[in-house]
Amino acid sequence: MSGTKLLMTFPVTASSHALADYRGRGGYATLEKVLRGMRPDEVTKEVAASGLLGHGGAAFPAGRKWGVIKLNDEQPHFLCANADEGEPGTFKDRWILEHTPHLLLESMAIAAFALQVRHAFVYIRGEFDLPYRRIAGAVEEAYAAGWLGEAIAGTGFALDIVVYRGAGSYVCGEASGLLTSLEGKKGYPRNRPPRLTVRGLYQQPTVVNNVETLANIAGIVRDGAEAFRKVGTTKSPGTQLISISGHVQRPGVYEVEYGAPFAPFLRDDCGGVLDGRGLKCVIPGGISTKVLTAAEVEPLTLDHASFTAAGSGLGSGGMIVIAEGTCMVRVLQVLLRFYHHESCGQCTPCREGMGWMHGIIDRIVAGRGEAADIDRLIAISNANDGTTICGMGDAAGYATVGIIAKYRDEFEHWIVHGRSRHDGRLEAGPAEPAREAALHG
Amino acid sequence: MKHLVAEFETMRRRFPEGFSSSLVLPCLRRIQEDRGWVADEDIDGLAGYLGVARIQIEEVLSFYTQFRRAPIGRTHLQVCRNLSCTMRGAERVIEHLADRLGIAPGETSADGRFTLSTVECLGSCGTAPVVMVDEAYHEDMTPARLDALLTGLAR
Repeated sequence: MSGTKLLMTFPVTASSHALADYRGRGGYATLEKVLRGMRPDEVTKEVAASGLLGHGGAAFPAGRKWGVIKLNDEQPHFLCANADEGEPGTFKDRWILEHTPHLLLESMAIAAFALQVRHAFVYIRGEFDLPYRRIAGAVEEAYAAGWLGEAIAGTGFALDIVVYRGAGSYVCGEASGLLTSLEGKKGYPRNRPPRLTVRGLYQQPTVVNNVETLANIAGIVRDGAEAFRKVGTTKSPGTQLISISGHVQRPGVYEVEYGAPFAPFLRDDCGGVLDGRGLKCVIPGGISTKVLTAAEVEPLTLDHASFTAAGSGLGSGGMIVIAEGTCMVRVLQVLLRFYHHESCGQCTPCREGMGWMHGIIDRIVAGRGEAADIDRLIAISNANDGTTICGMGDAAGYATVGIIAKYRDEFEHWIVHGRSRHDGRLEAGPAEPAREAALHG
Repeated sequence: MKHLVAEFETMRRRFPEGFSSSLVLPCLRRIQEDRGWVADEDIDGLAGYLGVARIQIEEVLSFYTQFRRAPIGRTHLQVCRNLSCTMRGAERVIEHLADRLGIAPGETSADGRFTLSTVECLGSCGTAPVVMVDEAYHEDMTPARLDALLTGLAR
């Protein structure tokens, strides 16, 4: 068990998502306390003092984002929970939406009070079915019980929350693309500045926070910033929901206290690498973070500073475990196919670059690669960096450069010999000796 | 789409004033649930109802992967093939489904019962591989579980 828990604090049952159970866990008492006894700026001050970091990947301090919103400026402000969870390897927000949706709603109501928001939104990816039904059901329960709507808890505070479903687009997880989509348009990201907190949804000041970020608000306001800071590290206070998948014995969502050591987490909590195989590498924080070899990742602690110092990032906490014997050329092929598929086409370097990179990696895997192809992939990655409106093109480049820097020999092998150095499969079958025995009897 | 307008009006009440444009996505989703795809007359009707340009609706329909401008099979099987799913057997799942249904990804069976598609990351990496059957996720799939699923769908 990797330290203190702040979110996964209750047993998941057939009714743990329902309002009655949430009330039984003390739910909505913090909202009531806030509405009856705090000023909006006091709430934001508490959130800022807690040091809560954004959990969508960028780890931007939530309090600083909120601090940009000017109170009493006579403009409508909007709040949006980003539930467009689409970064491959990340599936933690789903856990919150499915198992404790009222924690998100109570936290959003507290945030809405602090930011003087009358209308808030949960933007949820269109494919999510159960998570949608759970959060939409929770919204109806909250209205019926008077935790949403007019005169909440008998006070003058009013809030409406709309659950808004996407329709299949990775780029809408980027906050400005999300707001464009919420305006009923194709989800093109927008150039910043102006920041979304200055001109966001329909040009009004808007705060977009990740689901997990918001879910921490109720606890922070209930227990105070000081208590929150006692959990985690100085630079990364609190906890992180880690989504772990790939070649791991027990994949799933785990809440870890920031600063917990990685190696025992993988070994004890997650049961180690699948079927007792050796660890080759880990993509630690969503596929756009740079791959870390076993030797690089094993000494790290689970916090932003530790992973950043190792040349990668903890990002959204979406970890993909890769076993010994896995072909990294095929790994990159899957990633580049994905980025090409999801490029929205607005910016030329990404629209063209993703297609070129996908074409090159397909050519290598088809046995028609050229020696210069490896440097071409790096050159396109570097040329794209910083030239596009959103970070997707950059991210594809970081993933590419990261894999090639550490496993260049596998690319050279495929180009020279026309086949994988390994067996080319990504699925971890039996360990090598057993596979040999199966093949050669 | 005219018979859905009463439902659209209910949806609209939750949105702030001036948010007509935002209703494009939820209305299209409802239209597609109803018809199975979105027809030209739906676009014209929705543009008129919401007071938005027809091009905005066309752009939305071509931008998002979930919207369809033509009918597909009665049951839509979508297999994730992103990294975590592939690492847990998605390629075998796709092969098995293609064999059983006699169609390649992107195709619809001759009897119009099944459409097979591949998709990129459904956020089900911890329970990979995943197959989405219409709206529902079927997780931790194996060939044996796929066979049970297909048998259930054939009933």
